[in-house]
Amino acid sequence: MTTETESAQARTQKLEGLGTRRKRVEDVRFTQGKGNYVDDFKLPGMLFGDFVRSPYGHARIKSINKDAALALPGVKAVLTAEDLRPLKLHWMPTLAGDVQAVLADEKVLFQGQEVAFVVAEDRYVAADAVDLIEVEYEDLPALVDPNQSMAAAAPVLRDDLAGKTSGAHGPRKHHNHIFTWEVGDAAGTARAISDAPVVATERIVYQRVHPCPLETCGCVASMDKINGHLTVWGTFQAPHAVRTVASLISGIPEHKIRIVSPDIGGGFGNKVGVYPGYICSIVASIVLGVPVKWVEDRMENLQATAFARDYHMTGEIAATREGRITALRCHVLADHGAFDACADPTKYPAGFFSICTGSYDIPVAHVRVDGVYTNKAPGGVAYRCSFRVTEASYFIERMIDVLARKLSMDPAEARRCNLIRKEQFPYQSALGWEYDSGDYLTALDKALNTVGYAGLRDEQRRHREAFARGETRKLMGIGVSFFTEIVGAGPIKNCDILGLGMFDSCEIRVHPTGSVIARLGTISQGQGHATTFAQILASELGIPAENITVEEGDTDTAPYGLGTYGSRSTPVAGAATAMAGRKIRAKAQMIAAHLLEVHDDDLEWDVDRFRVKGVPELSKTMTELAFAAYNNVPPGMEPGLEAVSYYDPPNMTYPFGAYVCVVDVDVDSGVTEIRRFYALDDCGTRINPMIIEGQVHGGLTEALAIAMGQEMAYDEIGNLQNASLLDFFLPTAVETPSWETDFTTTPSPHHPIGAKGVGESPNVGGVSAFSNAVNDAFAHLGLTHTQMPHDHWRVWKTAQSLGLTTA
Amino acid sequence: MIPAPFAYHRPQSLPEAIGLLAQHGQDARVVAGGHSLIPMMKLRLAKPEQLVDLQDLSELRGIRSEPGTLVIGAMTTQHELIGSELLAVSCPVIRETSLLIADPQVRYCGTLGGNLANGDPGNDMPAVMLALGAIYRVQGPRGERDIPARDFYRGIYSTALLDGEILTTIRIPIPADRHGWAYEKQKRKVGDYATAAAAVIVTMAAGICSLAAIALTNLADTPLLAQHAGEALVGTAVDEAAIAEAARRAQRITSPSADLRGPVDFRVHVAGVMVRRAIARAKERAG
Amino acid sequence: MAKMHIKLKVNNRDVEILAEPRLLLIHLLREELGITGPHIGCDTSHCGACTVDMNGKSVKSCTVFAVQASGAEITTVEGLAAADGSLHPLQQAFREHHGLQCGFCTPGMITRAYRLLQENPNPSEAEIRHGISGNLCRCTGYQTIVRAIRAAAEHMSSAREAAE
Repeated sequence: MTTETESAQARTQKLEGLGTRRKRVEDVRFTQGKGNYVDDFKLPGMLFGDFVRSPYGHARIKSINKDAALALPGVKAVLTAEDLRPLKLHWMPTLAGDVQAVLADEKVLFQGQEVAFVVAEDRYVAADAVDLIEVEYEDLPALVDPNQSMAAAAPVLRDDLAGKTSGAHGPRKHHNHIFTWEVGDAAGTARAISDAPVVATERIVYQRVHPCPLETCGCVASMDKINGHLTVWGTFQAPHAVRTVASLISGIPEHKIRIVSPDIGGGFGNKVGVYPGYICSIVASIVLGVPVKWVEDRMENLQATAFARDYHMTGEIAATREGRITALRCHVLADHGAFDACADPTKYPAGFFSICTGSYDIPVAHVRVDGVYTNKAPGGVAYRCSFRVTEASYFIERMIDVLARKLSMDPAEARRCNLIRKEQFPYQSALGWEYDSGDYLTALDKALNTVGYAGLRDEQRRHREAFARGETRKLMGIGVSFFTEIVGAGPIKNCDILGLGMFDSCEIRVHPTGSVIARLGTISQGQGHATTFAQILASELGIPAENITVEEGDTDTAPYGLGTYGSRSTPVAGAATAMAGRKIRAKAQMIAAHLLEVHDDDLEWDVDRFRVKGVPELSKTMTELAFAAYNNVPPGMEPGLEAVSYYDPPNMTYPFGAYVCVVDVDVDSGVTEIRRFYALDDCGTRINPMIIEGQVHGGLTEALAIAMGQEMAYDEIGNLQNASLLDFFLPTAVETPSWETDFTTTPSPHHPIGAKGVGESPNVGGVSAFSNAVNDAFAHLGLTHTQMPHDHWRVWKTAQSLGLTTA
Repeated sequence: MIPAPFAYHRPQSLPEAIGLLAQHGQDARVVAGGHSLIPMMKLRLAKPEQLVDLQDLSELRGIRSEPGTLVIGAMTTQHELIGSELLAVSCPVIRETSLLIADPQVRYCGTLGGNLANGDPGNDMPAVMLALGAIYRVQGPRGERDIPARDFYRGIYSTALLDGEILTTIRIPIPADRHGWAYEKQKRKVGDYATAAAAVIVTMAAGICSLAAIALTNLADTPLLAQHAGEALVGTAVDEAAIAEAARRAQRITSPSADLRGPVDFRVHVAGVMVRRAIARAKERAG
Repeated sequence: MAKMHIKLKVNNRDVEILAEPRLLLIHLLREELGITGPHIGCDTSHCGACTVDMNGKSVKSCTVFAVQASGAEITTVEGLAAADGSLHPLQQAFREHHGLQCGFCTPGMITRAYRLLQENPNPSEAEIRHGISGNLCRCTGYQTIVRAIRAAAEHMSSAREAAE
């Protein structure tokens, strides 16, 4: 065979395995408009569902009149809480141990809350019917400021929790209190702070934002009454979990439920939870015996689906006069809206916020988080950030800048003298995490050298002098961010979603002619798993990636997994993929030994084949071994070539990065121009550099939006003022700068291929870099901290407060 | 997302269109480019029972000049305004403004007439027409009449158009040769309405300003012609002091609402910034 | 309201249909004709995911009534490939340069880019960014989209030169 003479390098290239810039297989259908998104599905007899939603932030429902709607030709049903009550489906459990109304039960608790569900022949009739439903409300005082949630006179929001003095996460100290979560050494931290020569304190708010994927949420539910089988196609980032939950709350046995996540137009955490629309569609389909589709529109998505962040953090950072941090304390007031529907592993009501010691060697720390209810949409979720990791990272990256200001230290130097050293890994953080690996100083040096940091600071000095002389009305800012995030949830012993351990899975079947189908428990929403997981297997199996099909998202065929969010696919399912691949290779090795009549140990692996040690011309390729598996296996061995791995990761993974952002702030207009953005990411082993770069670009763009203009703006009575894309800031190609990406590679020691995951790093590191840059622009004038978003008017207000503005 | 039902008409001539409006009265609305009206209909904020589509009325298209006057059909799209050589040479502020309106797709459909006749204080063209001293020619059941742009705007969505009247052409006195011009608009992103915007037309003679018109967008219930502000430039060399005075006078007539673009004081402040920058650029461009 | 008769051409095929006047063009395409390339991403005509090419113009099909499009010629992303099935240079370039991730904005983006390159066969980066400013993307950060459009422009202009 001619391939015998090809070098290992040539054969490796043919595989398109780990490390190659493999073109995406998904693109073939997407560029031709042949994607299969939920709203593309049409089934015979399918009906369409639409919601009546509350215009009020807080109100009692006096009456609902469905008559006119039901009389409209084409309307098949109108569901309210009354209709769901006998099925006990008017409330549903959330992922955070709370309950959420599926349809408002006597009360509405946020603007946009679902009140009634109309089912009609098409979406036009459904919209007309929605308008015909008359709901009488009695307006109640709305609670919008979380700082007032636990005030003595605060209105009672959750009538359903009356008298409940404890919740899923412990005792409740007020009718609007959800939980208090603490970690760290309270006494030791208090001592260190009171002993410290320098303490900097700051209040840092990470504003409420929304993941806003371009495709909204939706589903098609289809109950086959004859077979008792329910199928739901939907925008689900965790299809298996949805199947289990659907079974538990509907009573339909799990093996008779099929959940399919087809192509998903972006998730970013927004599509993790279970929404009333899914439940109502399922109920309607069961009742009416036909498929029911529900697809929300953009305003509904922004008003009612899971938001992100809304963390009000007060930090204290203690240090020596030389800038060495000795302690960190943080109190967080977490606004969860009307229902705690936060998507976190069960034991972590504040997610992994305790990563807030960041990249720094901090000996003692203490965190306390108080979760409270308000009259806003329920949630929150990990908007491209693992669980509360952006909040934690933003917190520490701002605090270290605040400390640097106080000590008149350069922010990069303040970081350098506190960064965890390479020799300290695996590193036990003061708040209980074991960071797997990192070489922070190398990354910092590379970043600073590449951008010419010293030169930038010189330029800034000259710029500031020119400003003082009145020669320019722009201030230059340089923002540094050195983040460590914690992703890849997670070890079953401490990570579960509703009791389902957060392992993940890969099942592989190799066909006789050497091609492969692999199925995973995760689901891509744009991350390119069909391309990248095939690359992992190509390298493990020695079979070209183009001969490997990767499937996800159909719970009837895919092995159980916990889905894709929190950058967990590569760390967990990627590991399962490698492990399953190794099981296949191990079996193939035994078949090869049998065919070559040698002992297993006499063989060595060479890219795509086993060779006899010392006799390299005696070899069997994986393709030959695949066929042999079906007709010539060693005595006692089962035929076939198949393996499955359920991977329980030993730890989370800890990607990190060093970002530098240069801005020019026009103090007259408040407009900030992003002059340059450099992002160095270390995600361990890089599976597909092209896809990594794309993830970084996308994450940085979301970070730009958050830092520079995104917010969910509620007024005092609970009206969401920007529930549309007119006012909810999503940058266009014009506002988005070019991104410079770079990398270092520090593999994860506990991951089978050393990969850590990268999808969310840019949102974690990016927000801090932008915000630090804007703050830095004004730092020499005495500014310690200004809140995000750094939109035009807020930046101008900062300039005004520093006396910089003209009339 | 789904509009309320309506009946649709597509007249083939202007008299037919006017007849339809007369017939249906308050129940009818015209649709030009549709990119202001249709979004409102999708939110059910507008529910016309009769929609009269003007797209086939060739009488309402075209850009031409008569002696001393540019004549632009109301159904001319922003895209056509941008592509017009005639306008680029004789009245370039129009092209500059068009490029700052919405986005490329909307500009393919959105018309000059729609942008002018809607009465939305966020629309950009009205201020430009105020600064240019444009005249709107309208036609209705009682015939044709001319309304100066400066007399056209009454309040939010309220104009001098009487029931059944359609804006047909916009007549613009051709600005002086080598006039200075600028439209300066601050916005949060492409496609946004103005936080504040200013249109400036100046004529300079031997280094002294002989004519100045300043108008403002989205800073009150209507576009504003800042007459007194323009007077601050006339007879001066348009130096820093004159510019500052013009900006101050312009700010004084604004009454913007607070919204997510910013509180009132910020928007008034940006109005001043836009006026200053527009004047500076107009001066630079003046021959 | 009574349905109206609509006749138009979509991706080179004649279409005749009865529809309510309020039927949006995007719904005509997606629901009645099964052309699901163009997507709905918002309700306020901002996102551009619904962009089609209508009578030589880039148009947001969510902001046009199907009756208004009677008599029009419409091309969607499904109509960009050549008659022999070979992909348009833009479709190839988007794959080559990783100009998409979840794919939801892609049909509208490519259809808009198609018209952009007709308007301006040799756009600079800034012109491309302005040219696609009516199309939002949440995944890519636009950089690879710009690269893809630039690459397609170069490819198309060398193909034109070769033909001359």
